Amino acid sequence: MVRCFLIHTVCPVAALGPGESRVLYSRVFGPDEGLGSDRNRELSPEERRVLQKEKIMVVARQVRGAASLSREASGRPPVEAVPGEEALALQEADGGAERLRAGDPFPEETSALWLAVQSLGFTLVCEPHENLLLAEGTLRNLTRHCLETLHMLGPGSEVLLRSHRVDALLSRLLPHGQLLFLNHRFAHSLEKEAAAYAAK
Amino acid sequence: MYSHGSESLINQAREIQEPELQRFHSRLVKLLQGKELGHEAVDSLQRLHIILSATKYTRTLPPELQGSLQSLLASPAEQFQVLSSAVLRETLPLSGQEGNYTQENFIQLNNHAAALVLSQAGSRADLSSLCAQLLRSLESRQSDGPAASLTHTLPILNTVLTHSPDCLTEDHVTLMSKKLVDWLRYASITQGGGAPSGGFFTGTRSRQPVPIAELDGTVSGDFFTVLCVGQSFTEDQWMNVYSFSMLRHWLITYRSVSNGNTTADTANRLQLSLSLSLSHSFSNDDRSEVDGSVVSMVSATSSSSRLLPPKERLREKAFQYCQRLIEQSDRKAHKKTDTDLQKACLVEAVCILDSVCGEDAALVFRAFPCIKALFGRLSSDLSFARVLLPIAQFYLNHGEMAAVDCESVWNLVFGRFPAELFDHQFLAHEFLRFIRLNLESLQLRVPQYSRSFPNLLKFLAWNSPAVVDDFVDLLPSLVTAGTAVELLHTLLDLPCLSATLVLQVRSTCLPISEPGGRGLLSLDAFRSQSFRGLFLFLLRGEAGSGDTIDRLSTLHEMLTETADWPRVVQCAQTVPVLLHIFFNTVIAIADQKLLAHLVQVMLERSSLLLNIPKYNKEIHRVFSRHLLLLCKLHPSLVVDQSHELLEFAGTTANVYSKEEIYTHVVWVLGEYLSGSCDSRCSVMLITSCFETLEAVLFEITSSAPPPGADCPVPRVVTSLMSALAKLASRSHDLIPRVSLFLSKLRTVTRGGPVAWCSDEEDLVAIVTRGEELWSLLKAPGVAQSVLTPPQPVTTPQWHGDTNVAMPLQLRALTNLTHSQ
Repeated sequence: MVRCFLIHTVCPVAALGPGESRVLYSRVFGPDEGLGSDRNRELSPEERRVLQKEKIMVVARQVRGAASLSREASGRPPVEAVPGEEALALQEADGGAERLRAGDPFPEETSALWLAVQSLGFTLVCEPHENLLLAEGTLRNLTRHCLETLHMLGPGSEVLLRSHRVDALLSRLLPHGQLLFLNHRFAHSLEKEAAAYAAK
Repeated sequence: MYSHGSESLINQAREIQEPELQRFHSRLVKLLQGKELGHEAVDSLQRLHIILSATKYTRTLPPELQGSLQSLLASPAEQFQVLSSAVLRETLPLSGQEGNYTQENFIQLNNHAAALVLSQAGSRADLSSLCAQLLRSLESRQSDGPAASLTHTLPILNTVLTHSPDCLTEDHVTLMSKKLVDWLRYASITQGGGAPSGGFFTGTRSRQPVPIAELDGTVSGDFFTVLCVGQSFTEDQWMNVYSFSMLRHWLITYRSVSNGNTTADTANRLQLSLSLSLSHSFSNDDRSEVDGSVVSMVSATSSSSRLLPPKERLREKAFQYCQRLIEQSDRKAHKKTDTDLQKACLVEAVCILDSVCGEDAALVFRAFPCIKALFGRLSSDLSFARVLLPIAQFYLNHGEMAAVDCESVWNLVFGRFPAELFDHQFLAHEFLRFIRLNLESLQLRVPQYSRSFPNLLKFLAWNSPAVVDDFVDLLPSLVTAGTAVELLHTLLDLPCLSATLVLQVRSTCLPISEPGGRGLLSLDAFRSQSFRGLFLFLLRGEAGSGDTIDRLSTLHEMLTETADWPRVVQCAQTVPVLLHIFFNTVIAIADQKLLAHLVQVMLERSSLLLNIPKYNKEIHRVFSRHLLLLCKLHPSLVVDQSHELLEFAGTTANVYSKEEIYTHVVWVLGEYLSGSCDSRCSVMLITSCFETLEAVLFEITSSAPPPGADCPVPRVVTSLMSALAKLASRSHDLIPRVSLFLSKLRTVTRGGPVAWCSDEEDLVAIVTRGEELWSLLKAPGVAQSVLTPPQPVTTPQWHGDTNVAMPLQLRALTNLTHSQ
């Protein structure tokens, strides 16, 4: 099960502090993870929502830190890809996996897989026993689709204005957070549906 | 990418004023009441979503808007389903409406509405009821029912399982096991119907069922799996994909470890496993009769499985599915995405096999030949490293039972992986996770584990920030009495290892000589024959060939220019933490001899470190702290190592370059060099120590510091004075010498500023301390007990001491006075 999928900044943002990250898109799958716990029952739904948002921000911050350290260490100059060069941007993307300890921020230990394309990061938070090889492939696929569908390599702010396209994409490629073993024919079929949705 | 536009949108959304928001809401309600909903409605809904999600605090929607949105969930246009679900997820359900959908109509909801209901589920009871509805619909499903609703049943079920596995009753589990068997094993092997492809020449021909194909194009000869392709797919083939995607989780959640409860059971199982390898007849289950003509190695052995109860039958079918996947992964796929999928399928298949073998030990003997063959096929190709990790896990879990030799597996995993794949981020993450989860098992069954730290640390040296957390957990397991000293040296030289790995990677990428460019000194050194040995030592794979190298200073010199490389700097920042963990662990397992050796190493290495800014200072601080702790635990160490400690303390240069360690060395000498700590401590030893320290103190307080050095830190001066006083109090002949020095000091400093102390206040503090010591030493007996108090005095237990505790005293007094 994937817990959540985020799109957030990995570059410095003027309005925020140095290590902070602006979350542009977040999708949490399934019910609140503290469903059975006693502590959770004491919180009002409003408080639960705030808690969830804060957990997302913690993940975004961690990945932001990891991405900037990774880029600093590799010392490669940033690649400026333009619209149309999505495949190149993806190839040059930094990627990694962060271990999120139990309690920080989710109750159980999770792994945050991330890809950083220019100024944005795409993060998938997976449960520990998940097939991370499949998750990595799914993340790359999702990132490629987001870059293409939302014209992210251009200057616009379509992530915010067209977030429903990401929702539709996720409902097919990652339904309710389920990673799928899709060969190219199955994937093609789902992607055709997603493209048809985006065209409307 | 991210621009001012996005930032201003978010700000606008956050700062929207209440009246404007109300107007927007009412406009939207009117819009949604219209007959035809078009682009304007989509845009407005999207903007509403931005407003709601831009802040972490919840905004509530007016009831009528919320009502419109809820009815929009059932809209025929998917865009409105998506948008209304997204918007409603960002707000709270109207009070009294929680659990609105859990009663009757969950199964009729589309995917997006279902996601909303799931996210709003407030309790396990909600999930149970959703679950029950789902399974009821599966059970009573007509074959010509609506196709769309079935595919997402499994992901929803999987979500419920994750949060609350007890939602499913025993009957549910049985039902699902049967369904999963059907979908996994008996999905159609012909391509999906779909419309005829049209065209002039196609007629009845096109309606003949076309068989599915393998990834390399050949016609498939066995049951359908995720690695089979076709032009289009039937519903049960889709269910095959969804079933396999959740299979591992299902098996793990509902595992029942069978340990042969009754003899009848065991006999039955044995008979089954024997017959499975011999018979050829087919299971006469409903679906499989249709496929009667298809034969292959895997399905030929499925004969007697219909005798098994549903859960065990699912296990058996899962086993067969995985074996088929392993077989299929050997084919050469045409597309890269398919090749990647084959690897992911291999990982999943091996993990499932591992899990079912854990449940039913009899399966180990069937599984092992397959796994062993797979290992043989993949072990020489490092691009399959991530597949080899689950295989290693399988060997670790079941190798002993099957009495299989695992040496080649561990040589690969602990030898080649870290040495050649240290820069693969995802592999590093999974590799270290594997070690963490199996720590006890590895320490028990893999003798070379604790010796492989030079290799394992390569992951840390390359990408410290990402993996230091894992090493914080793993390091204690790598500390053994036999290799502790080598490990200490290796940790101190981690930045050098980091630099070496960078050089290694660069030397394979860059040409031998850059035309006209400034060649890197370090790169030249790395490539030259004469220094090869030094670098090879750092790059060694196993411990045991020596603690460290003689020409360490040469190595450091050559790597000087690497001290500002980001990777090296990041690595250097993690070393102090690891050293703390190292020392804390080693104290528990080390004997006196080892501790003495470690003290020597600390003193030696304090000047032998790669010159990275702040690195030296940090390491010195760690050393000081642990020197103190070691000596406190084992005071006799000081007498033991007195020669080395005195050598260090007698070198005046150390006062200026290593004042942190110097202060602590002087302190431990003063504190623990006494007869009460170790009977070997003679008057001669005390005297020679005294003389050494006295000489240094004279030197630093009689002249200006050497050119290039700052004045000695006041703490060094006072420590020296205190140490001398302590030593003198134990050997009273020395008292006059100390007193003389201290009074001279007072006289000198009265005459104005001195060359060796720049700060007025510091000087005053030093002089005050001198005076205190001088007056203390006038009464030698008192001096001794003040400066070196006996043990019971330094660890007072006034509250714990039954004789002196206040409450007891009071109680005694009360008893005495009231009993009369």
